Amino acid sequence: MEKDTHFILGVYDDEDVLLHAVEKVRGTGVKIHEVYSPYPVHGLEHVLGYKRSRLPIAAFLFGMLGTTLALTMQFYMMRFDWPMIIGGKDYAAFPDFIPVSFELTVLLASFGMVAVFMIVSNLKPWAQPRIFDLRSTDDKHVMAIDIANNSAVQVEEIKEILRSSGATEVNNKSFE
Amino acid sequence: MAHHGEQHYNLEQRFDFTAATKKSIMTVLVIGAILLGIGIILAMTGGGHHEEAGEAGGHAFHWYERLYANLWINNVFFTGIALVGVFFFAIQFAAQAGWSTPILRIMLSLGNWLPIAGVLMIATFFIANHDLFHWTHAYLFDKNDPQYDSIIDGKGAFFYWPMEKGSFPIFYIARMIIFFVFWVFFFNKFKQISEQEDQLGGTSHWFKMRSWSAYFLVFFAVSSSISAWDWVMSIDTHWFSTLFGWYVFASWLVSGLSAITLLTIFLKGRGYLEMVNQNHIHDLGKFVFGFSIFWTYLWFSQFLLIYYANIPEESVYFIERLSSDVFGPYIFVNLGLNFFLPFLVLMTRDAKRHGIFLKVVCSILLVGHWVDFFLMVQPGTLGHNGGIGFIEVGMFLVYGSAATLVVLGGLAKKNLVAKNHPMLEESYHHHI
Repeated sequence: MEKDTHFILGVYDDEDVLLHAVEKVRGTGVKIHEVYSPYPVHGLEHVLGYKRSRLPIAAFLFGMLGTTLALTMQFYMMRFDWPMIIGGKDYAAFPDFIPVSFELTVLLASFGMVAVFMIVSNLKPWAQPRIFDLRSTDDKHVMAIDIANNSAVQVEEIKEILRSSGATEVNNKSFE
Repeated sequence: MAHHGEQHYNLEQRFDFTAATKKSIMTVLVIGAILLGIGIILAMTGGGHHEEAGEAGGHAFHWYERLYANLWINNVFFTGIALVGVFFFAIQFAAQAGWSTPILRIMLSLGNWLPIAGVLMIATFFIANHDLFHWTHAYLFDKNDPQYDSIIDGKGAFFYWPMEKGSFPIFYIARMIIFFVFWVFFFNKFKQISEQEDQLGGTSHWFKMRSWSAYFLVFFAVSSSISAWDWVMSIDTHWFSTLFGWYVFASWLVSGLSAITLLTIFLKGRGYLEMVNQNHIHDLGKFVFGFSIFWTYLWFSQFLLIYYANIPEESVYFIERLSSDVFGPYIFVNLGLNFFLPFLVLMTRDAKRHGIFLKVVCSILLVGHWVDFFLMVQPGTLGHNGGIGFIEVGMFLVYGSAATLVVLGGLAKKNLVAKNHPMLEESYHHHI
């Protein structure tokens, strides 16, 4: 069976039931593709076993890029491109450069972080989002399990695990 | 995530101020006193700058001026730490914070130093007077005197109102006394309500504390700023900076938060406060990290505007410091210890969650912000006769260990945990 096409969906009403269900399903060895919820569920990423985001590293690198860019730009402009004496200071008066460097650091760090997050989370503008169950944007938590990823376990067995873990519905979902 | 189930924490725990702990703090105090003694003897016999001072200012330098300046630096610095303990305590109630419940009593315990700090501050002012504060000289306000200073005369009412300028600085002294009386009053009020809460329970004490916290914060906002002008900025009488109150407050706040963090880690290391976990430590670390940047922001804002505008009456403050052999290097020590170090070391999440990094950084920050106050006080009082030597190190150790003894002594008298605080349960589950 092809990957990323056929899914089993467990639909949950309650976040506490969901949290325990995730622990239980993972405990049986079934791999969870993703869990969709209408709001952030505290501790969900923990029970799903997600590693801590590396986004801060991206933020730091983009911030450093901003600082470097700002200092180089100002230094080049004020010292070489169009030297100007302002307030009787040197051409390259370092303290004057700090506010712009600070602003560009913050700007690039935040823009860079948003861009990286968008790309990594598949939220880029041209992305075609796959809706597993429309109700996960309203009042239901949906656990998606990729059948191809769990070839060792029978489909019926997975459905039974979901039901016994407190899912109010168990559905099939296929994408082209 | 929330872990369900009973929590079995010991809520009756009290800090046991053992003889061994007292002894090690006393040892530091004695070492400080010995260093101070050596410093005083060296200053009395050596001196060295006598002739130079005679030429420059027409006023001979006496060794005890350096002693007074150091008394003043430590008075202001440790008053700030004690005050910030009470301030941060009040903030927790005003903000209705739940996470900090187990460490509330640690914040409050810093305030135990306040009454002693007040006595020391007032006593030092009367002893040091002319040697610390230029504006206390009566001739500055006498139009017939050759040393009449019209600028200081214009500011005279701030010190002497309603009495005649150059006489007794009644307005200044009144402010100093009122501030300390009210701070100690609020501190005692918080202690009293905490005590009642421990005995009686219920939520009414929390609401009472919130109201008193709000009153205190309003008073603190005004008094912390004015005390910064009075006690620190008035040393350089001609000079002024409109954000000076905030700058001193930021320095106090970082020092106070460092002291709270160090005390928390120390108590945890001794096996107390089991309910305080990495998440609480992380939050304290974030406060230290964030307010270190806030301090830098204010330091730099003050510097940049003065540097950029380059108005002589303003820039003299930095020229006095940057172009001085004695103080010039410490400007960079100040920025290095109080900005670059906490900024780079505490940037990662792991560094804020592990006690060892915080222990090192917070200890260095306490020294760093002492250097900040050293740079505020000494150039205006001692000039090139200042510097960091035996007297400075000794006095800092004496004050530091004395304050630690008082604070830990106060902490040992009361319950360590606010056991009937309505948000105690919430703080067990604090997770970030």
